[in-house]
Amino acid sequence: MAMDEREARRAQVLAERAARRAARADTAAPSEAKEDSAALGTAGKDEVKQSAPAAPVAPPESSVGEAPKPLATPSASAPETFRIIGKRNPKVDGMPKILGTARFTDDFKLPRMLFGKTLRSPHAHARILRIDTTAAAALPGVLAVITHHDVPRRYGIIPVSQDETALAADRVRYVGEPVAAVAAIDEETATRALRLITVEYEPLPTVMTIDQALEGTVLLHEDNKTGNILKQVQQSFGDVDQALAASDVVVEDTYFYEGNTHVPLETHACLASWDSEGRLELITTTQVPHYLQRELSKVLGVPQSRIRVIKPHFGAAYGGKSEPFSLEFCASVLARKTGRPVKFVYTREEVFLAHRGRHPARMWLRLGAKADGTLTGLDFKCWLDGGGYASFGVVTTYYTGVFHTLPYILPHFRWESTRLYTNKPPCGPKRGHGAIQPRFAFEIALDQLAEKLGMDPAALRLKNAVEQGHQTVNDFQVTSCGMKEAIHKVLELSGYHQKKGQLPKGKGIGIACSAYICGAGQPIYANDMPHSTVNVKLDRSGCATVFSGSADIGQGSNAMLAELVAEELGLTLADIKVVEADTDLTPVDLGSYSSRVTFMVGNAARRAARMLRDKVLQGAAQHLGVAVEDLEQVGERIQYVKNPVRGIPLLRAIAEAEARLGPLSASGSYKPPRLSTRLGGRGAGPSPAYTFTAQVAEVEVDSETGVVTVGKIWCVHDCGRALNPVVVEGQIEGSIYMGFGEAIFEAQRYYKNGLLVAPSILEYKLPTIFDTPELSAHYVETIDPDGPFGAKEAGEGPQLPTAPAIANAVFDATGIRFKANPMTPDVVLKGLEGRPAGRHARMV
Amino acid sequence: MQKVLVPLSINGECFEVAVKPHQTLLDTLRDTLDLTGTKHGCDLGDCGTCTIWVNGVPTLSCLTLVLEVVGKEITTVEGIAREGVPHPLQVAFDQCGAAQCGYCTPGFIMSGVALLKENPAPSLDEIKLALSGNLCRCTGYTKIIEAVQQAAGRMQEAQAHHANPCQGSQLASSQEV
Repeated sequence: MAMDEREARRAQVLAERAARRAARADTAAPSEAKEDSAALGTAGKDEVKQSAPAAPVAPPESSVGEAPKPLATPSASAPETFRIIGKRNPKVDGMPKILGTARFTDDFKLPRMLFGKTLRSPHAHARILRIDTTAAAALPGVLAVITHHDVPRRYGIIPVSQDETALAADRVRYVGEPVAAVAAIDEETATRALRLITVEYEPLPTVMTIDQALEGTVLLHEDNKTGNILKQVQQSFGDVDQALAASDVVVEDTYFYEGNTHVPLETHACLASWDSEGRLELITTTQVPHYLQRELSKVLGVPQSRIRVIKPHFGAAYGGKSEPFSLEFCASVLARKTGRPVKFVYTREEVFLAHRGRHPARMWLRLGAKADGTLTGLDFKCWLDGGGYASFGVVTTYYTGVFHTLPYILPHFRWESTRLYTNKPPCGPKRGHGAIQPRFAFEIALDQLAEKLGMDPAALRLKNAVEQGHQTVNDFQVTSCGMKEAIHKVLELSGYHQKKGQLPKGKGIGIACSAYICGAGQPIYANDMPHSTVNVKLDRSGCATVFSGSADIGQGSNAMLAELVAEELGLTLADIKVVEADTDLTPVDLGSYSSRVTFMVGNAARRAARMLRDKVLQGAAQHLGVAVEDLEQVGERIQYVKNPVRGIPLLRAIAEAEARLGPLSASGSYKPPRLSTRLGGRGAGPSPAYTFTAQVAEVEVDSETGVVTVGKIWCVHDCGRALNPVVVEGQIEGSIYMGFGEAIFEAQRYYKNGLLVAPSILEYKLPTIFDTPELSAHYVETIDPDGPFGAKEAGEGPQLPTAPAIANAVFDATGIRFKANPMTPDVVLKGLEGRPAGRHARMV
Repeated sequence: MQKVLVPLSINGECFEVAVKPHQTLLDTLRDTLDLTGTKHGCDLGDCGTCTIWVNGVPTLSCLTLVLEVVGKEITTVEGIAREGVPHPLQVAFDQCGAAQCGYCTPGFIMSGVALLKENPAPSLDEIKLALSGNLCRCTGYTKIIEAVQQAAGRMQEAQAHHANPCQGSQLASSQEV
């Protein structure tokens, strides 16, 4: 052969081998490809790369060489078949908690750490004339004592009502209000030091009821322009008076929902330390690291950039830790003063005093309907007993009114709510925030309406239930709705129709429904920035790290992040790490409140993961010399859409993507769409999506003891999509449990002098394992168009129907209409005793 | 108040610690020995988060003086997993979603493992009784009960297989996920 002939032949052989190798390299492990290239006598990896033709190859069917063997395992089928979403996965951060290795705030220690303690007011209302801390400061082992002068700046979670200080200025407004704080070498010394602080008070007349507050002769906040009213809101839609006048039946009644509190098993705690550069690190039990960072900055006079807030493993709160607290400021100031880390841990009694729990609510309504059961209109008034400071009270006030327009069609609607200051620990957000009390009243009123109409309460609800696409009179847009489906399912599960009115005397069954938000449409402070940003990085070992400012408070947000990102990236849960709630490391998320996290943080995470997935696909496409559209990721492979048996391992694609396109890091954000704010209140109420819940409760009432035993509660909750059924069920069960506790057991009440009646878990009476009914938690999936994989929420919504369902069941059992809670034995007995005289129990 | 030096035996390990006479076992475990798996929720014996074993018996460590347990065998949640292998009840908690915030979980594990040791096939009422001193605010107890039932079932299967290895039953391993 001539030289050029040999050259040509050699080139041809090389080309054929290269093509064969390219075809095999698609499915071969890297080492196999190495062997091939070794046969050609060149270095492994480079060869493999070089063997891939620069120009797009012909479609696999036409490539030279043997057809590759089909894979032993079949590839994934339809795109809708999720690998992780919808499966009963254990939580990614569950095991450390179960082993006891998870570190909660009080589990952290720093060298030379001091202990902080708070001195609290014994008076419900008093002027502070003098504080003498000299004896306390002189006690051996005490390193610093602070009062208001050391931390004077006002703060408050809601910008328009910043009426609190870390330590009381010239007045105390509830028994237990923080007045001074000490840092000492141990808890015992700190406690002894508190006793050495002398405070001279001038007691003032107290305001202990809604009526006393309304009367206004004694004012709690003299600079408040509206007396003891923190907030009053009135809204009107349509013509309620006309609608009610034209109704065939009207129910007019008053209701009372008692105040109660969260009682998380973990008490408030924080550990503050400053570094040599004047930067603060605060490890704390907070639901809202971002908002806390802002308030710390303001009160301490330090830029946010020099403040690091870390939320570690968190022992629950249900809303009780969603604002800044005195201990966080005191620990920071004391740490700065002493130059040593300072830890505060609230006692259980202090948690009761910190409160921020359910507002006692006095409610009045008129609800009308036509003879066929169509609701005509609602006139609603509410008074909230708010305690000494604002907390979230402005928002609570709005929430008591705005949610009446769901889950039933309500064409005419007027409401007015007033939140009062009283000399008690401040009320704030507790699971269901402000919507629980009105739902109690409304769902009982519906049953009263059903009674007047001679209609089945379930049928009345079905008749009026909203559907997808509904827009309420106050601009709520129902993007997905399973209300009717949930009602039908809960009726079937509970056997409601076989039992209603047919159970033996003393036994009864009742139904109630509700709707709830997936986060507030507006952030707490005015801004146009995303509500949530999530960063995801994909590293060379095929692991992804998710950085999220969201706060896992036990509801499973870390698990949610890992599941969404793993699903999008085709990884397993073991390949995902979640870094959360550290303002130095994680981008801003507004926090865990108003059931926003799955919807908003989930969407942000999904966007970031999708960007990475696109990058990986692009890298694979460039490596293989095909168009991105020719490839798809299925499981842990990138494969050809038209010939799924051919593909490359995901790890390989990741390496190619990083090499060709640069680091694999992405940032995804979420901001709710422009929702209506025309109704003011920073648009409190409008949300990107709503969930719907139907519940049935079965009870037995003992006529001799007045004890109400709830045997079973069935719940069907439209959660959009259950990203993890175990977690969703857990949230539903926990919500029902809390509603049950509020209905039958729990009350946060005060003596006339302002002392808390039940400042311990023993006295407060929350349900034990014996008290809790059988809980049957179910969900329906309506796949919301805007939720991540269609998911909405499950953390609060399922609590709303519980108390009224129980009240309605008690009516079915006894004929007594209870319109107040808790339905404790003494209350029930009074009601039963009133029955022969034809009186209905009324506890307002 | 003067501290005294006392020997303690915890999870099979011997310690010598300086404690004040009025110091609780809970504070000693958490603050002196850095065994922070045991939690405090109330310091009054109302909630059960501080549950540990004294000679195998579930006990509230917040109401136990450390001096009382000298010479006794203390077991905390850190001593439940054996050589890094979680107890079947711990595996069941993980699989059933019985830990939401997880703060009450160590206490429940102590009460639950003690129950299963003494009563391998507890009825629903027996489970509730054994766990009645532990409060949970997150779960409504539903999945906690499920976890105990699942663990009991698996442990019984494992026992049966161990007793008769020739039987073809599914061996439930505590390493199963």
